[in-house]
Amino acid sequence: MSYIPHTDAERQQMLSAIGVPTIEDLFEAVPAAHRFPALDLPTGVSEMEILAEMNALAEANDHASDFAIFRGAGAYHHFTPSVVNHMMLRGEFYTAYTPYQPEMSQGTLQAVFEYQSMICALTGMDAANASHYDGATSLAEAVTVALDVSRRKRSKVILSPYIHPQYRAVTRTYHQWGDTHFIGDEGPATVDDLIAMLDDNTAMLAIAYPNFLGQIEDFTRLAEAVHNAGALLCVVANPMALALFKSPGELGADIVVGEGQPLGIPLSYGGPYVGFFAIREEYVRKIAGRIVGETVDEEGRRAYVMTLRPREQDIKRDKASSNICTNQGLMALAATVYLAVMGKQGLRKAAELCYHNAHYAADQIAALPGYMVDRSRPFFNEFAVKCSRPVSEINEKLILRGIIGGYDLGKDYLYHTDTMLVCVTEMNRKAEIDAFVDVLKEAGQ
Amino acid sequence: MLRQAPEPLIYEIGVAGRTGAMLPTPDVPMSELPTELMRADLDLPEVSELQVVRHFVNLSQQNYAIDKGFYPLGSCTMKYNPKINEDTARLPGFAHLHPLTDDEGSQGALALMHQLQVWLAEISGFKGVSLQPAAGAQGEFAGILMIRKYHQMRGDTKRTKILVPNSAHGTNPATVTMAGLTAVELPSDENGNVDLAAVRAACDETVAGMMITVPSTLGLFDNHIVEAIAAVHECGGLMYMDGANMNSLMGIVKPGELGFDVMHYNLHKTFSTPHGGGGPGCGAVGVNEKLVDFLPGPIVVERETADDAPFYALEMPKDSIGRLKAFHGNFGMHVRAYTYIRTYGGEGLRDVSRHAVLNANYIRVRLADVYHVPYNRICAHEFVLEGHFDGVESVHALDISKRLMDYGFHPPTNYFPLIVREALLIEPTETEDKATLDSFIDAMRAIAKEAHDSPELLTSAPHVTPVRRLDEVRAAKQLVLCCIPIPDWDEAREKAAAPSGD
Repeated sequence: MSYIPHTDAERQQMLSAIGVPTIEDLFEAVPAAHRFPALDLPTGVSEMEILAEMNALAEANDHASDFAIFRGAGAYHHFTPSVVNHMMLRGEFYTAYTPYQPEMSQGTLQAVFEYQSMICALTGMDAANASHYDGATSLAEAVTVALDVSRRKRSKVILSPYIHPQYRAVTRTYHQWGDTHFIGDEGPATVDDLIAMLDDNTAMLAIAYPNFLGQIEDFTRLAEAVHNAGALLCVVANPMALALFKSPGELGADIVVGEGQPLGIPLSYGGPYVGFFAIREEYVRKIAGRIVGETVDEEGRRAYVMTLRPREQDIKRDKASSNICTNQGLMALAATVYLAVMGKQGLRKAAELCYHNAHYAADQIAALPGYMVDRSRPFFNEFAVKCSRPVSEINEKLILRGIIGGYDLGKDYLYHTDTMLVCVTEMNRKAEIDAFVDVLKEAGQ
Repeated sequence: MLRQAPEPLIYEIGVAGRTGAMLPTPDVPMSELPTELMRADLDLPEVSELQVVRHFVNLSQQNYAIDKGFYPLGSCTMKYNPKINEDTARLPGFAHLHPLTDDEGSQGALALMHQLQVWLAEISGFKGVSLQPAAGAQGEFAGILMIRKYHQMRGDTKRTKILVPNSAHGTNPATVTMAGLTAVELPSDENGNVDLAAVRAACDETVAGMMITVPSTLGLFDNHIVEAIAAVHECGGLMYMDGANMNSLMGIVKPGELGFDVMHYNLHKTFSTPHGGGGPGCGAVGVNEKLVDFLPGPIVVERETADDAPFYALEMPKDSIGRLKAFHGNFGMHVRAYTYIRTYGGEGLRDVSRHAVLNANYIRVRLADVYHVPYNRICAHEFVLEGHFDGVESVHALDISKRLMDYGFHPPTNYFPLIVREALLIEPTETEDKATLDSFIDAMRAIAKEAHDSPELLTSAPHVTPVRRLDEVRAAKQLVLCCIPIPDWDEAREKAAAPSGD
């Protein structure tokens, strides 16, 4: 198989125009000793054969089309209206480049502007960028902004232990040099514990909303304490939860980041997803990544263009605060189409379904012997369940019955052994929840 | 692409109370909602499904794209994105696979990732590959963090500099700063190669390494590259190759064999995964034995099993620089790149690079008599020309670009690399046929003539696009980044806290 269209005759005409006898003659500048190495790769195959091979690989996975799934922990199986995928498959969107030439890219630019507006609506922030790689790198980039806002005079960052463990890991990877240091997530810190860590060297404090255990907490008091210390408050939010609960902006956040995957993006084994990043207006010139703004063309027509460009790497080079160039544009488009078609009512309804299904599941599990549901705070669509035996053993029983069980919190938290983080969405109808509870009941005995 | 009525914003076409969503009614008992935590309002559009479809179809028609026409954007490799790739990435077993599935339940995905790691390593002559990085810039970041950690673990802490030629992509120096090191810019020589004398002069015990693009950002195979690599290695530094131009190297030369220690691949350039209007990409990194324990993780390893069947597992390399993303990288891009490599096979990929280089040289020779080509010798998969004409002061590279839109083409890359005056960087890729190249050449030749005869045609272009040139200063000065009102929360809180009755 090949997508190279050249015929022998065309190749000959082109080589004559260039003035060389063979294509190989175009590579004389490559060191001869290393030129044209053998490639130990299989021979190419036809589309038919590839499809068969890919089907076999795909079906060797336990996936959510075949299994009921009660696992979330940062990636969620939600319903996506058909229209989202159809718009994603428009070649005019997915085979376009970054909109550096605005006259030929108004489609992408206006869609990004609408995405930014919807992210502002959800988060209660004044401005959003066109995306980061995922929720984790959005948090890492928020740290950079906070350090820069403090003019690099502050170097301490406080992280709640109930931010996604992998987000905290990525943030540490990004800031592994210099005097930036992270505290707060060594043990099960409460809001009061986090407040006690604030000082005049603190650049930023970050919490999750809902937290990794699925719990929702009003953080107004924490926001006041953070601001009194002269630091920024960053909130890692689940956008589906924001359909129901007060926006982080209303509660006093300065930066809101998170994973946009719940908004119409498939699980896809962890990516591509979309990291959203929103901020209060006063800091917008400090942020990384592409930003689209409204303007007019020569004839006064409303139009959109990438703006505040001098922040970016291609212009500022070694003075840029981030090297980001390629982002997750197409996934931001998916989120935009999803939020448009769900709309004000639909998103709220989907979030309510998540909430009611999850609370029904929690009630049923709480009634089983050998399980303790953590109801210390209100939760959205995830909750922690203390089990009387290892989570891995329970999950083994579940998978045999066609159910992917919850996430084993003991993998990340020494103080949450034998604890399952159960996720329930609008995709888990009552019959499925009842079947899940039945297996838990058997497994708990 | 022709001018059409402006498309309103999605927020402007809704009606209160309308929705496009169809969801089931709950079949579980309703639970009480925590009213004190609930939001009062959520300002999202209120539109029907048909309105959504028309809106985004109309928007899509205001875009240019590979599926519409020729996109010779230098350094971006805008090749055809095969449709089969989109189908394989959407197979339910991939699209609906949860990233925290146990290794036992994700053997298909892990086998695919492992095979892709092996193939990419083979194509570039490396020992190990990590598919974690989400984009080229993140691959660069991984590479420089690995170089930094390599020196640190040897106790060699005074190496703080990374050499970067002045022809480099902006991501290179930005990456160095982001990794806590200092970028030292090196000049280019009169042939557009890195200045070897300058490299040698800069090499000392403070150099951690060097980042360089091969072939260069001018689209040239640098014939000093082996000497430059040797110079950096002799002073104890490591060599990073920016793999943006890998489309001219497959089966032509393996960077690992040239002596590079680490490079990134752009799966969204060389391996045909679509650019998506700005992303997502995948910036996989390959390394030799010096850096293999430092790779960002987890990576996929093959484990021995009792019954000879392979078992694949996620594993953190021993001295890993850490995690760069949640989960396992942009897996959907891995599926597409795997499909692409499987389609072509080894000889097919060599053919890709051969024809990418053939196409670029064909355009170069056919334009060199009407445009100034500053390095007019055999080029790799792209070449640069100068977008200005003697005696026509008003015309700049940007004007040629905008005029190309009137002829139905996407412009080349403008003003990069920085070392060429009025640069236009042209990269046709291998998937374009001779007739398409000829029509682009005809347009470029016609524009060169217009520049002399009626330059205002260029300086006032484009004329037929959905919008004309934009007021970019206004966009930056009067910032409008969001089309809905966001409350002043500070004021709202103060009001709420104020004693009632006043």
